[in-house]
Formats: sequence, C-alpha cells, structure tokens
Amino acid sequence: MTGGSTTGDDGSVPVTAGSTAPDSATGGTGTAPTAAGTTAGQAVIPVAAPALAAAWPLWEVFVRSSRGLSHVHAGSLHAPDADMAVRNARDLYTRRNEGVSLWVVPASAIIASDPDAKGRFFESPQGKDYRHATYYTKSEGVKHL
Amino acid sequence: MSGETMSGQEHFDALIAADARVEPRDWMPEGYRKTLVRQISQHAHSEIIGMQPEANWITRAPSLKRKAILMAKVQDEAGHGLYLYSAAETLGTPRDQMTADLIAGKARYSSIFNYPTLTWADMGAIGWLVDGAAICNQVPLCRASYGPYGRAMVRICKEESFHQRQGFEILLELANGTAAQRDMAQDAINRWYAPSLMMFGPPDEDSPNSRQSMAWNIKRFSNDELRSRFVGMIVEQVKVLGLTLPDTDIRYNEETERWEHGPLDWKEFSEVLAGRGPCNSQRLARRREAHEDGAWVREAAAAYAARQAGSVGAGAVSNETGAA
Repeated sequence: MTGGSTTGDDGSVPVTAGSTAPDSATGGTGTAPTAAGTTAGQAVIPVAAPALAAAWPLWEVFVRSSRGLSHVHAGSLHAPDADMAVRNARDLYTRRNEGVSLWVVPASAIIASDPDAKGRFFESPQGKDYRHATYYTKSEGVKHL
Repeated sequence: MSGETMSGQEHFDALIAADARVEPRDWMPEGYRKTLVRQISQHAHSEIIGMQPEANWITRAPSLKRKAILMAKVQDEAGHGLYLYSAAETLGTPRDQMTADLIAGKARYSSIFNYPTLTWADMGAIGWLVDGAAICNQVPLCRASYGPYGRAMVRICKEESFHQRQGFEILLELANGTAAQRDMAQDAINRWYAPSLMMFGPPDEDSPNSRQSMAWNIKRFSNDELRSRFVGMIVEQVKVLGLTLPDTDIRYNEETERWEHGPLDWKEFSEVLAGRGPCNSQRLARRREAHEDGAWVREAAAAYAARQAGSVGAGAVSNETGAA
C-alpha cells in the first residue's frame, strides 16, 4: 500500500499531490502539481503550489442512497472545511433526493493501492479457483447444495 | 523508465482495444490526456457560462412556478460544471488554473452561449434545442473511455432530460397561446435552430481531431452523424408544437440513411468561437466580475477554516464513521 499522495504510473507524467482513490467517480486528485519523476510508491507530502496556496482542499463525497445500502462514492468537490464540504455535497450531489446520508473525506486522507503493483498485489487469488463454489463439479445435480 | 513507459502504452492500448475504461492513475499518452483536459474543461466552462443566458430571465419568468423551475435548471448547470471540473482535475490540471484560463479569455466554451436571450420564448428554445443537442452529444459520452468523464456524463444526462422537457413545455404553451405568444415561440426557434445545429462542431471533413478522439473511444460518433440524428428528432417534435423549423432543405436521405439539412454559416461559427459573437465580451466580463466579487468570500472561508482547524477534528462532521 502506498500513501494517498503517490504519483502516476510511470513517473514521467506531471502528477498531482494528494492524488487518491483511483476509482473515483469524478474526483481523485489533489490540486497542486508536484515535480514530475517521483517514483511510484514514494510518499509525497501534499503541498499546494505557491500560486494556488489559497485553493480550497479537495474532498471526496460518498452518498448513501437509502437505508440498508452502503455509502457509494459520488464524486468530489472543493470546500474550505468539513462543514462546508458537507453542505456543498448536499447541494451538488443530492439535489433530487439521491441520498439519506453523506460522508465527506479529505481526498488527501485516502490511501490507495499502488496501480503499478497491480499484478503483484492482486495476483494471489489466481490459481485458487477452489475458493469459488463453481470449482466443485462432482456434486452437480445434488439438490440444495 | 522507457521499459515501463512501453508497458504503460501497451496496457493503455489493450484497455482501448477491449473498450475498457482508463482510470486516473493509469498511464496514458500525453495526447490523450491533453485532449481530455481540453474537452472536459471546455465542457465545464460551457456549463458555467451557460448559466448566464438563462439566469437573465429568472427575475422576469412569467410565474412563480416558472421561476422556481428556471432556478433549478440554472443550479443544475452549475452542478454540471462542477462535476466536469472534478473530472478534469483527475488528469492533473488544478481547478484554479481552469478558472484562470476561462476568465482570462484563453479557454473556449460552446459558442451557443454567446447568443442573446431576447424573449421568454428563448428559455423554451434553449431547453428544447440547445439542451436537446447537448443530450444527443452527451449520451454517447457516457461511454467515453476515460472513467471519470463517463461517470460525470451519466449524472449530467440524467438531469438534462428535465431541461429539455421543461423547454419543450414552455414552447408548447406559447404555441397554444395568443398569436403574439405563438409568434414569439416561432421567432425563438428561428434564431436558435442554426446555432444549435452548429453545437455539434464543424463538418466531419473539417474536424481533424475527431478521428483521433474516436480511435481513443472518447467520441463514439462523428459530428455530422450526431447532427443528422438530432435533425431527425426535432423535425418530428416541431410538428407537435405546430411550429416550423427555419430550414426548407430538411430531408431524409435513404441512401446514406441520414437526415440532411440546409447549409449552415460556418463563418459565423468561427467568428463567434473566436470571440466576436454578439455576447462574448459580456459573458466573460460577467464571469470575471462574479469571480472577483467572490474573492473575499473564498478568502474569509479559508481563513475561518484555518482558525477552526485546531479545534475541529476530521471526524467531527461524519456522524457515521466506521465500516461502510
């Protein structure tokens, strides 16, 4: 696992500080470009570039659409603080009764798996078909099994 | 690093070939990133500037109901702009940069919003034709290869259909009203018809970037294809209004299986795009003014947040922490 502020995949593309959840619906990156060339996996402390020092931080928004369901990532927004982030999230993501509960999370607080490590990190289930019910075929036809 | 870049390119090519989605932290070609930043930010700017021609009529809407509807619609446009700015930000371009480019007049936005809204019927024509054209354009973008863009478009498309229907309803009521109201509706259609067809962009032969965008699965259909589809829809819908489109050349071509329309003034299109349309300077001045007038609010909010930061913990707002 790497910090939420890891870089892009090859390190040659300008990336952003505080870049986060790779599967963000709309959001996922911070506001300030960092030096290109940082290697993936190396933690970068999110710092706003001087010109953007006053930029409001980025928040990721999660909406629970109804009781009994999980909060699901809806998108992101900028807000000066958590209170305003919740209010803005209400205005931006629940204008049509889309939710009964909201979470806002500072984008920089999200820890994401390293996209470079895709193979290594997720390979363990491969070759382990026996974890799935469909692996067991001899019992086919047996009822209620 | 070059080995990794190669594998990045290969991985990207495989995703595109499989019609899969590219996500923010995937490696992507610089051209792909640039194209997306340009397209998504222009789209966001269009939504934000697009608030102006309609906000123009909020105070003069003919009833409280129409006023409430129009405010909801303008609020949606703001929301659409924000979804799109968020999507563009995932590509590494800070929002402040996009805002700065817009108010400096360096960024483009849809030329349609540089036309004036002269009468109440324009609210109807914009909803029906402008939002209608936008929907035609945007529905295929829900399947754009860049994940955050596609997801933003899904959200936007859900909301746009309300926009189009409320516009059509405005025109329908005017069309069934007094002779003056009917004329007003027809006049609005006459003025918005050609600009809305031009929203799809230049003809295919003059749209060199389209081919690459289609190869990258950002664009799914060509400009002319979408325009033809739109003409086919409105040529039927206008009959329900009992009004006409200001184009006598509309016909269905059996051979190409496309709807054809009369010539469009592409010179006007490029003039407006280049900043010489009827309302360009007014729209930009208004946007700049709003941004500058709001500066003290942004600063105050940031100062308040900084002062509170010591006493308010991150967990204080979320009343439902723990396992999602």
